Amino acid sequence: MSADTSSSAIGEVQGASLYDVDNPAPYIEAPRKRTSKTPRSTRGNFEMAAWLFMRLSGIVLVVLVIGHLLIQLVLDGGVSKIGFAFVAGRWASPFWQVWDLLMLWLAMLHGANGLRTVINDYAERANTRLWLKGLLYTATVFTILLGTLVIFTFDPNIR
Amino acid sequence: MATPTLEKVEAESAASPYITVTFRIRRFNPEVSDTAEWQDFQIEIDPKERVLDGLHKIKWDLDGTLTFRRSCAHGICGSDAMRINGKNRLACKTLIKDINPEKPITIEAIKGLTVMKDLVVDMEPFFQAYRDVMPFLVTKGNEPTRERRQSPEDRERFDDTTKCILCAACTSSCPVFWNDGQYFGPAAIVNAHRFIFDSRDEAGEQRLEILNDKDGVWRCRTTFNCTDACPRGIEVTKAIQEVKRALITRRF
Repeated sequence: MSADTSSSAIGEVQGASLYDVDNPAPYIEAPRKRTSKTPRSTRGNFEMAAWLFMRLSGIVLVVLVIGHLLIQLVLDGGVSKIGFAFVAGRWASPFWQVWDLLMLWLAMLHGANGLRTVINDYAERANTRLWLKGLLYTATVFTILLGTLVIFTFDPNIR
Repeated sequence: MATPTLEKVEAESAASPYITVTFRIRRFNPEVSDTAEWQDFQIEIDPKERVLDGLHKIKWDLDGTLTFRRSCAHGICGSDAMRINGKNRLACKTLIKDINPEKPITIEAIKGLTVMKDLVVDMEPFFQAYRDVMPFLVTKGNEPTRERRQSPEDRERFDDTTKCILCAACTSSCPVFWNDGQYFGPAAIVNAHRFIFDSRDEAGEQRLEILNDKDGVWRCRTTFNCTDACPRGIEVTKAIQEVKRALITRRF
C-alpha cells in the first residue's frame, strides 16, 4: 500500500495509472477517528484559564505598555534622557520596580501563550509541535527569570 | 385560447434565457489516480437556475461519472454543501446569476474532510464531533404525562441554533479545523448550544464539560468564516461565544 503511494506520481506522468477498480488510491485516514492512541480525555480548565488570561492580561498590558512607552520615549526630553542614571533613578522606587516586573511577567506570558496558540494551530506534526513549544517555553522561562533577577538584584552603585 | 399561448411560446424562444456557463469542477477518482484535477464543462443553462441544476445537467447529459451528494435539493437536507467559487455554499441554494456566470464557476469538495470521489467527502469525523456533544434531550426524573412545556422566551433563547441542517459548510470553512481536524468544529458547538440553552434540558453542565476540552470552544479564533458560510444564516460565531461565556460564568 505504501509503495503504491510513493511511486504513484511517476506512474501518472507516464500516462499509465497505477490505480484501477480493484486497486484504488489509498484512503486518507480521518484525523478524528478514535484509535487506541487517542487520549481518553484532554479536559481540564487549563485552556479556559489561558483564554481568560489572554483577555485580562491584554487589558492590563494596554495601560502598562502605553504608560511605559510614554515615560521612556515622549515625556521629559524623550528617548535621549535614557541612560544608566535614569534607569537607576526609576528602579530606586518600588512602584516602578513593581510596574516593570508586572509588565515583564504579563508581556512574556501573554506573548508565550499567543505563540503557543499559533504553534497549536499551524504546526501539523506532533514532533514539530513538541520542538517548537520546547524552544518557546525555554526562551520564556529564561527571559522571565533573567529579567526578574535583574530587577530584584539591581545595584545602582555597580561600576 | 390557443393564440395567446402560441404567442407566448414564440416570444420566449425569440429571447432565449439560456447562456453558456463554464463549470470548472475538481475531479477525483481513486480508481484512476491519487491526485485531483480540474475539469471544465460548458453547459447551456438559464442563469436563474441553481448550481445544482448545472451539476444535474452535467451528470445526466455530459458525464455520468460526476459524483456528488444531493437529496432534497431545496436547502433542507444539507447534503450538497460544496466550495463554489472558493466559498462554502449549498449548490441548491446558489443561483448561477448570483455568482458571475461570465467567468468559470469553480466547484470543489468542502475542505478539511477526506475526499472519496469528486465532490463526495467522508463526513464521519464531522458526525463524530456531533455525536460527542450529545445532541439529544437529557432529563431526570419521571416523564411528564403531557408534553414538556416551555415559554416562548425560553424557546427564543436557542431558536437560532435549531436551524442547523448539518451540511458541514461551517466546520469545513474553519481554518482551525483544516489544520489537524481535532477541533470540535462550529457545527458541533452550535448543536451543543441548542441543548445547553434549552430550559427543558438537564445535561447542559455535561455538554459544557465536553466543550471545555483542549480542542473544544477555546480553539475558536473568531475568524467568522463559519458565520459567513452558514447557508441558514445562523450566527455561528455568536453561538460559540455564548458557550464560552456560559463556561466562564457558570464556573465562577
